[in-house]
Amino acid sequence: MPEREDEWTSLMRLAVSGDDAAYHRLLKAVTPVLRAAARRGLARSGQPVDQSEDIVQDILLAVHLKRHTWDADAPFGPWLFAIARNKLIDALRRRGRRVFVNIDDFAETIPSEPVAEIAPANEVAAQLQSLPARQREVLQSIAVDSASIKDTATKFAMSEGAVRVALHRGLASLTARLRER
Amino acid sequence: MTLETDQLIRTLAADNAHRARPVGFALALALLAAAPVSLVMFFAALGVRPDAMTAMHNPFFDLKFLVTLALAISAIAVSLHLSRPEAVLRGWAWLLVIPVGLLAVGIACEMMLPQRLPMMTRLVGSNSRVCMTAIPLLSLPLLAAALIGLRHGAPARPALAGALAGMLSAGLAATLYAAHCTDDSPLFVATWYTIATAMVAAIGALAGSRMLRF
Repeated sequence: MPEREDEWTSLMRLAVSGDDAAYHRLLKAVTPVLRAAARRGLARSGQPVDQSEDIVQDILLAVHLKRHTWDADAPFGPWLFAIARNKLIDALRRRGRRVFVNIDDFAETIPSEPVAEIAPANEVAAQLQSLPARQREVLQSIAVDSASIKDTATKFAMSEGAVRVALHRGLASLTARLRER
Repeated sequence: MTLETDQLIRTLAADNAHRARPVGFALALALLAAAPVSLVMFFAALGVRPDAMTAMHNPFFDLKFLVTLALAISAIAVSLHLSRPEAVLRGWAWLLVIPVGLLAVGIACEMMLPQRLPMMTRLVGSNSRVCMTAIPLLSLPLLAAALIGLRHGAPARPALAGALAGMLSAGLAATLYAAHCTDDSPLFVATWYTIATAMVAAIGALAGSRMLRF
């Protein structure tokens, strides 16, 4: 599906140049594909497919924190699928299954929208509780209460810069904690 | 409590302004921070050989630095390449052949020149034990730094990336050690430096398989 991946590449280029809305659209666009790949991986290894959302969130965090390793002159698809494959293999291994996941499995994946039987993701949320107070408050304000960075700054009497730092550190420590499980 | 994927996406988008430095920058910074440690270890325990000024006129003395620096530079280039998740070794592995090729040329040249000492004596040399101890020990601070720097990347094969971290730190450590060692025969270098480098690469692979997962 080259058109799909071309669109991702242009969105990611915009994102890197500072377009937050393009980044949001990109993450929205890739998520159904990641979800379908996670479900397929789970199904193939004989695991309940309703566990896919934890894997999807794990992949999204890695995409976010490693996006500086993407070369803006290269297509985004292969990079994304390499990150996703790595995380999917890790997740399945943690569940005690060693499976072979092919890169092509992603490229040809039909997007899967959230379906009713998907279990809500709780691994990221659980780790969120263990973060230092300031990082947790900022993350909750932005993620759960949908507050902007500006509103969050006002709410906690912080500077916007401090909110940004807490937000990024929070995401980074979340990911580190997920990896150390 | 649960976190919807849409909520996570919105949060990640809010952090889009954060710009991480390239992996090469992180690696350079870490190596620069660790270099003084290895340098102090070198000057405290070994030091430059007393006849270094005369030795510089011996092309085989100079070749040692060429080989070790070629190893360090190509391992740095390959390790940075592999810090991208979609990267494959194919097309890049030949860089690591450069130091081997330089050594082979050196050995061939030495073979063609008349030598005072028999081949086995040159190969065994007089510092093999120091060489195999000093290179790995001088490497350790650099290896730790390389792993910390490369953690900034996203290698799909963490053990391989770790092995390259080992090779690059062994290359840098061997560059220091070469200034101390009085064995200049390329046969000595090909034997003992290679064993030392392989040891450090193995340590790097082991550490990398844990540290470089993302």
